[in-house]
Amino acid sequence: MAEVLVLADHSGDTVKKVTYELVTLARTLGEPAVVWTGPGAADAQARLAEYGAAKVYAADSADYDDYVVAPKAELLASLIASAAPAAVLVPSTAEGREIAGRLAVKTGSGLITDATAVDGELTATQPIFGGAIVVTSKIRTGTPIIAVRPNAVSPEPAPAPGAADIVPTTADISDAAKAAKITGRVVQEAGERPELTEASIVVSGGRGVGNADNFALIESLADSIGAAVGASRAATDAGWYPHQFQVGQTGKTVSPQLYVAVGISGAIQHRAGMQTSKTIMVINKDPEAPIFELADYGVVGDLFQVVPQLVEAIKERASS
Amino acid sequence: MNIVVCVKQVPDTWSERTLRAADSTLDRDAADAIINELDEYAIEEGLQLAEAHGGEVTILSMGPQRASESIRKALSMGADKAIHLVDDALAGSDAIQTSAALAAVLQRAGFDLVILGSESTDARMGVLAAMLSERLGVPQLSFAAKVETDGKSISIHRQTDYGYDTVEASLPAIVSVVEKINEPRYPSFKGIMAAKKKPVETLSLADAGIDPASVGLAAAGSEVVSFEKAPPRQAGTIVTDDGDGGIKAAGFLAERKFI
Repeated sequence: MAEVLVLADHSGDTVKKVTYELVTLARTLGEPAVVWTGPGAADAQARLAEYGAAKVYAADSADYDDYVVAPKAELLASLIASAAPAAVLVPSTAEGREIAGRLAVKTGSGLITDATAVDGELTATQPIFGGAIVVTSKIRTGTPIIAVRPNAVSPEPAPAPGAADIVPTTADISDAAKAAKITGRVVQEAGERPELTEASIVVSGGRGVGNADNFALIESLADSIGAAVGASRAATDAGWYPHQFQVGQTGKTVSPQLYVAVGISGAIQHRAGMQTSKTIMVINKDPEAPIFELADYGVVGDLFQVVPQLVEAIKERASS
Repeated sequence: MNIVVCVKQVPDTWSERTLRAADSTLDRDAADAIINELDEYAIEEGLQLAEAHGGEVTILSMGPQRASESIRKALSMGADKAIHLVDDALAGSDAIQTSAALAAVLQRAGFDLVILGSESTDARMGVLAAMLSERLGVPQLSFAAKVETDGKSISIHRQTDYGYDTVEASLPAIVSVVEKINEPRYPSFKGIMAAKKKPVETLSLADAGIDPASVGLAAAGSEVVSFEKAPPRQAGTIVTDDGDGGIKAAGFLAERKFI
């Protein structure tokens, strides 16, 4: 059975959930071979085995974290040449798509991004135009490179664990790939919340929240149910919440199990980033707000009344 | 500084966007066409850098004849001149082919800095800056929320999930921008009048030295097998808060096993 390369998304030895999702998917397409960049592969080995990884290509050079995208694409290109995989799966995150883009150019391969499903024939399903249309497509040149949307596949441990044999990989990184050097990392994310695109639950606030201080209310709701916090463009443009948390057409696309929209009217720009969420709950005082069209459950009411009561009720249920 | 800003004409998000049944490509006639929103931030950044450091801003757009409207808008914001790559054989090109065609034109035109919007509102792939960097062998400085340059080197704040990375490189380079970077200007009346006289060079594939067999739908790296409208969402339960809205909402979350 041919290998299917899976680019691991991880922060140190903390493996992001999307990596397990991709390995789970790769099991249905061939033999999962994880590609791990930077240190930490040995620590993650057992967990990758649990999800069925047969191999872990471990390229432990720190350079992979010190330069923008290009070294990772070079590594994958060298593995395509040596391992002749049936396909390459990467997370459809901003960086994952960029790696995939460079890799497609390098290897003369076709590229599909934002896939939500891939079948055994490597036919991929993609929602486009903010989820209004669903396209199935196939790659016809080179090695299929498919970027898979986080939260699209549910991660499931393999019936029998994989060997997850660590294969040390030392590909030389070219000078050209070191042209854009990362000289500093600034972490602005608050607390222990899950990452926005990875989270199973997202709670977002919009114009109705009113100001930056009131976002504490959105955060308290998020924290009561282990959710990530998002914001509409109106809220990020107003400077109430940092721009990297914007959900929408010019921000992040999320498809969590549960999306809670608080004080968000639901302009098309916002819907494009969240309408493929599995369950949608809406809290808004305007009964005419278009976001209610998407709601599985909606409360027409003042968020400053409804949200604190909801947080209380969640806490009561948790402690009972 | 010689700055080239890549601009894409896209269907307006507010109009209904569809694919054509015949070849599964974007139905450009069905929707109003506008300049890709993030590209306006790219134009603004180009103009600000040219104002600060001197130099020219050239707009580069690949697209059908109609894209000339978006090019005029970019010129009315203050760009100096434009190149329009237009050829029927380009129709249906994917991002990989588009990056090859744009790279060929950029190589021919020369540049110190290429600026793009970080993604388009129609395809939303966010790959073009990476692909151009790969093809042209110049540094990739994408998802920039801030750009600083002294004309020789360049540094950006690259927006990430956790905040940002500072990234440094030498020019020439490719930059893509996020909307946090600036506030695009509106074209002034004077700008709109002046744009009518600004030079727009129209290039065919032959002019740009691009093999027509390498671009277009027939040579694309992927093909659409089928497409359909997503099924509409089931209508949900809407309640009005009578003092117990939060408790009812918690009940829904419990019923769906979220809490």
